[in-house]
Amino acid sequence: MNIVVCVKQIPDPATPGALDSATNALKRDGKLILDESDGYGVEMALQLVTTAGSGEVSVVSMAPNGEMSGMRTALAMGAAKGVLVSDPVLAGSDALTTAKVLAAAIKKMGPVDLIIGATESSDGYTGTVPEQIAELLGMPSITFAKKVEVSGTTLKVNRQSEAGYDEVECQLPALISVTAGVVEPRYPSFKGIMAAKSKPVETFTASDLGVTATGWAGSGQKIVSVTQAEARQAGEVVEDDGTAFEKIVAFLENLKVI
Amino acid sequence: MTINNIWVFAQANGDVPTTGTLELLAKARSIGASVTAFVGGDAAAIAGALGEHGATKVYATGDLAGKLSGPAVSAAMKAIIDGGDTPNVIMFPQNYEGRDIMSRLSVKLDRTVLTNNTDIAESADGVIATTPIFGGNSLVATAFTGSGPHLVSFRPKSFVAESAGGAPAPVVAAPIPDLGIAGSAKVLAVHVEASSGPKLDEAAIVVSGGRGLGEAGKYALVEELATLLKGAPGASRAIVDAGWVPYSYQVGQTGKVVKPTVYIAAGISGATQHMVGMKGSKNIIAINKDKEAPIFGVADLGIVGDVHKVLPQLIELLKSRG
Repeated sequence: MNIVVCVKQIPDPATPGALDSATNALKRDGKLILDESDGYGVEMALQLVTTAGSGEVSVVSMAPNGEMSGMRTALAMGAAKGVLVSDPVLAGSDALTTAKVLAAAIKKMGPVDLIIGATESSDGYTGTVPEQIAELLGMPSITFAKKVEVSGTTLKVNRQSEAGYDEVECQLPALISVTAGVVEPRYPSFKGIMAAKSKPVETFTASDLGVTATGWAGSGQKIVSVTQAEARQAGEVVEDDGTAFEKIVAFLENLKVI
Repeated sequence: MTINNIWVFAQANGDVPTTGTLELLAKARSIGASVTAFVGGDAAAIAGALGEHGATKVYATGDLAGKLSGPAVSAAMKAIIDGGDTPNVIMFPQNYEGRDIMSRLSVKLDRTVLTNNTDIAESADGVIATTPIFGGNSLVATAFTGSGPHLVSFRPKSFVAESAGGAPAPVVAAPIPDLGIAGSAKVLAVHVEASSGPKLDEAAIVVSGGRGLGEAGKYALVEELATLLKGAPGASRAIVDAGWVPYSYQVGQTGKVVKPTVYIAAGISGATQHMVGMKGSKNIIAINKDKEAPIFGVADLGIVGDVHKVLPQLIELLKSRG
C-alpha cells in the first residue's frame, strides 16, 4: 500500500506571527517546521503501511523557497521519500493553486492508494486543499477522519459530524483528511533523524508540473486592508486568597444569571 | 459590480433550518437583490422557513441516499450554473458540509475560495470578505479579483438571524448528476453522541475546562458547575486532543464558536485557537494558576488561583444556595 501525505512547512507557532508589510502575506522567512497538524497524517500513514505489510509512505510539500526542514521531520518519523515543489512564483498562491500544484506532483509520484492531508493547516487554515486535490484527481474523499481502517481495497472511516460521527466507506484509491488526535504522532528517533538526511527528496518547479497561473496573479483574490480589531479590555484580575469563589458568585449575581 | 443573485447553502436539523443557515440568509438579503437557498436533500419541510427568512427560491437536490454532500451538492450546483442561473456569490457555513462542497465546487468552477470570514460587503474593490487573524487581533479584508461566482464561507454567529416576513419559497429540483468514482463514498451509519442540557453553541452560560485541570477525571468539576448554572460544558483543543472529552465539546477555531452571556474558562491558558471561539462572549471569567496566561487579557474577572480549590468551593456555595 502506497500512501502520499501532504505536509506543510510553517513558521514556528511558538513565535508570534507577523505580516509582510508589502504583500500582507504571512512572513515565512524564518525556519519552517512541520505543521503539527500534519504529524497525525504522517503517523496514520506509517501505521497503515505497517498493517498492510508492504508499500511505503511518501510526503509532498509546496514552498516558495527551497525550505525542507519540516519535510525532514516527516522523513525522520519514517516516511521513505519526499517531493518538494519549490518556486518563487508560488508565493501568494491561493488554496486552489496549492491544490493544483500538489495534485500535479502526486501524479508524478506513481501509483498511489491513499492520499492523506490534515483538516487544515495551522497558519493559513483555509481548510479546502485536501478536498480540492480529490476533485482534481477525480477521487472519492472522506474528510475529518477520526478513525481509519483499510482492509484489502476498502477504506472505512469514522467521519466527524456536528452531532457525533458517521461511518463512511469507499474503495481505494481515495483521499482522507485526518483530525488532530486521531493517532499519537511518534517522536523521530536519533536513528531516524540521521537516516532522514540521506532519504531522497525530488524537487520540481511550478512549470515542471505544468501549473501556470500561480502566486498573487493567479489567486483570484487580493488583500485590500489589514486593520486592528477592537481590543477587548481586560477586567479585574485578583490572586485567590481562598475567597475568590465568592467574587465569582457576586459577579454572576450582578449579571442576574443566578 | 452589483450582487443581483446570491445563493446560500442551506442546512436543516430535521424539519427546521439550522440557525447558521438563517444567519447567512439575513446577511444575504442585506447585500443581494435576490436570494436563493440551495439544499442538499429534500426541502419541502423547510421551504416555508427559508422563504420567511428571505429566500425567494429554493433549489433542492432531493435525498442524497447516503452520498457525501461534497461531491453530490457541488455537482448539482454546477449543473444549475451550467444551465444558465449563475450567482454572483455563494455563501457557505464554515462547517463540515460547507467546506467539502465549496472545495469541490471551486475546482469545478475554477474559482478561488475565501474561508473563515465574519463579514462580507460590496465596495469599489468589488466583493470583500473579512476574516479575523492572530486570534482576532487583526482583521484582514480580501477582495475577489476575478469574475463570479465568488465562493465564501462564514464562521457561525457572524450575523444575526432575523425573519424577513417573506412568503414560502418555491422549490425547484436540482438533480444530482452522475458522480462517477469521485462520488462513490457511502455513509453506512450515523452515530449521535448523547448530550443533556443546553447545546454548547446555544447555552447562556458555558463552563470550559483545559489542560490546567491536570487529569481527565477532574473534568467532572467542569460538568458539575455547568449543570448547576444550567449551562453547557466545553473544552479547549488540548484536552480534546488528549482524549478527555469528545470533539463535540471543543470551543475554538476548529470547534464551536460560542457567544454566551457568561463564559467561564477553568484551567485554560488562552491559546489563539481557543480565543477565536469564545472572545465574543458577553462576560468572561477565567481561573488559571499562571498570572501571565493570555486568557487574563480578555477576562472581565480573572482569578489567579488553583482550579482544584476554586471550583469545588464555587460548587459548594452554589449548591448551598439551592
